[in-house]
Amino acid sequence: MANQRRSRARPDPIGLRAATHDRLLIAVVAAMSFLAALAMAGNVATSTLAAHWLGGARHVLTIEVPDPGASVQAASRITRLDAVLTALRQQPALSGVRALSPAELGHLLKPWLGDARTSGDAGIALPGVIMAQGDTHPHAVAALRQELDQIAPGALVETGGGLAARLTTLTESLQASAAAILLIVAAVAASVVGVSVRAGLAQRREAIDIIHGLGARDRDIASPFAREIARQAGLGGLLGGLAALPVLLWLGRLAAGFALVPHSAAHGVGAMLADMPTLLWAGPVVLMLVAALIGWVVAQTTVLGWLRHLA
Amino acid sequence: MIRFFNAGLDYQRLAGERRSPGDADHTGLIDLSFTIESGGFRWLTGASGAGKTTLLKLMYLALPPTSGRIELLDSDPARLDRAGRALLRRRIGVVYQDFRLLNHLSAFDNVALPLRLARRKETQIHADVTELLRWVGLADRLAHRPEELSGGEQQRVAICRAVVGRPSLLLADEPTGNLDDEQAVRLLHLFMSLNQLGTTVIIASHNLSLIERYRAPVLELQHGRLVYHG
Ligand SMILES: Nc1ncnc2c1ncn2[C@@H]1O[C@H](COP(=O)(O)OP(=O)(O)O)[C@@H](O)[C@H]1O
Ligand SMILES: [Mg+2]
Repeated sequence: MANQRRSRARPDPIGLRAATHDRLLIAVVAAMSFLAALAMAGNVATSTLAAHWLGGARHVLTIEVPDPGASVQAASRITRLDAVLTALRQQPALSGVRALSPAELGHLLKPWLGDARTSGDAGIALPGVIMAQGDTHPHAVAALRQELDQIAPGALVETGGGLAARLTTLTESLQASAAAILLIVAAVAASVVGVSVRAGLAQRREAIDIIHGLGARDRDIASPFAREIARQAGLGGLLGGLAALPVLLWLGRLAAGFALVPHSAAHGVGAMLADMPTLLWAGPVVLMLVAALIGWVVAQTTVLGWLRHLA
Repeated sequence: MIRFFNAGLDYQRLAGERRSPGDADHTGLIDLSFTIESGGFRWLTGASGAGKTTLLKLMYLALPPTSGRIELLDSDPARLDRAGRALLRRRIGVVYQDFRLLNHLSAFDNVALPLRLARRKETQIHADVTELLRWVGLADRLAHRPEELSGGEQQRVAICRAVVGRPSLLLADEPTGNLDDEQAVRLLHLFMSLNQLGTTVIIASHNLSLIERYRAPVLELQHGRLVYHG
């Protein structure tokens, strides 16, 4: 009973509820919200991965030893790879010195060499690859290079420095693209709201004229309009955000596949996946609120501007 | 009090059309000056096209005068901001010639509109609106929408909406047009009793027999000019 009273108290003089929803508005806002969700997720994923990759790459040294199985001297039974490993392990500044197993090496090179080449039998002589963490300052690296060259001539020392610089550029471009996408998506949503509000005003012109004549203030007319549009835009934002969830989960699984490449990135992806649920739940809610806010602001300004036609 | 100071309304100028001073054809109102004391009653007469509706539009703030100035209920609408003019409109009840009811609302909700804009208590609204609609013989039509009502019934709903807020100024544009004689007499009694309670009442009509029966000062328009006031 009390409820009935309440609903009588707001009889919706402009006829906002009586009209059918603007399905186009909800659909377009949902589509924009879906794109925004992807752009934001891509942004978060790139930053997270890049942060961990950069953190790892900055201290990673890769040492390649050509012809790893050959002995150091004709008489000796120590291989070039073992000699280099021993030398590296004696360096106090280095840690985590580890030779990649033939299987790991094969996995890394598979995209380039295919199965046959990496199955161990004959083919190209693969270099031995050693990973280590430590000082990647050019001086330190030059000293190390000189030392290793005496033990196993032809050994190469690579650092992550160049990679890190390129990775930074890449992430920055990706983040700029994501920001551009968000801006475009917000602009499209805002213009669709504007069109929808204008259509709504034209459709209810007479009702608005009448209640204006009865003494409704501009805000008495604009506020219910803005509330209704905010509700519809919010609904679109929520739907788009929810629709993006399965896609994001799937992308998250794909991203997990990168875990193997630089050793230290595995932790990063793991952390990202662990963060996913919060992101996933917050995403649609944030999109709903942002879409509702855009709808509310655009509706208010459009209606208030339009009402200037009336005396 | 209502005062017009050389007020005019030029529809061409309102539409933004330029006119040279020599142009004869002028539609609207020309140079009106008069005073109506508060609590007064006036008949507004004149042939069709004389400018009765236009004069009422100036009074219910649907149009601003294009020349001169007006004073309504002791304020100058041109000096008020938009919200101020809206609040002034709430003190003016209008019965439009074409009723202007909201088609998606019931008779009850149409009449309740001014009270809801004024944020009256819902129990008070229910009592006032029901009583008024019963008084004009629409007790069994409360939930009907305008399109389910006859022309005369719609007009009575429109009249109820105009008077329900006890306005300081009541303007009616040919309000008896769709009513039979008996209903027209009842309606005039309603207007008279509102007038006795202090509401200024102005009724545009060319129903001479009605004007004869209810003697009151007359404002007569001819081609947009005030030709008689008394
Ligand atoms: N919206 C308008 N635009 C242009 N001319 C108008 C408009 N409304 C009325 N007029 C003209 O103004 C004059 C007065 O009209 P109106 O006030 O409606 O007269 P009445 O109500 O006495 O019949 C008429 O010549 C009419 O054609
Ligand atoms: Mg008229």
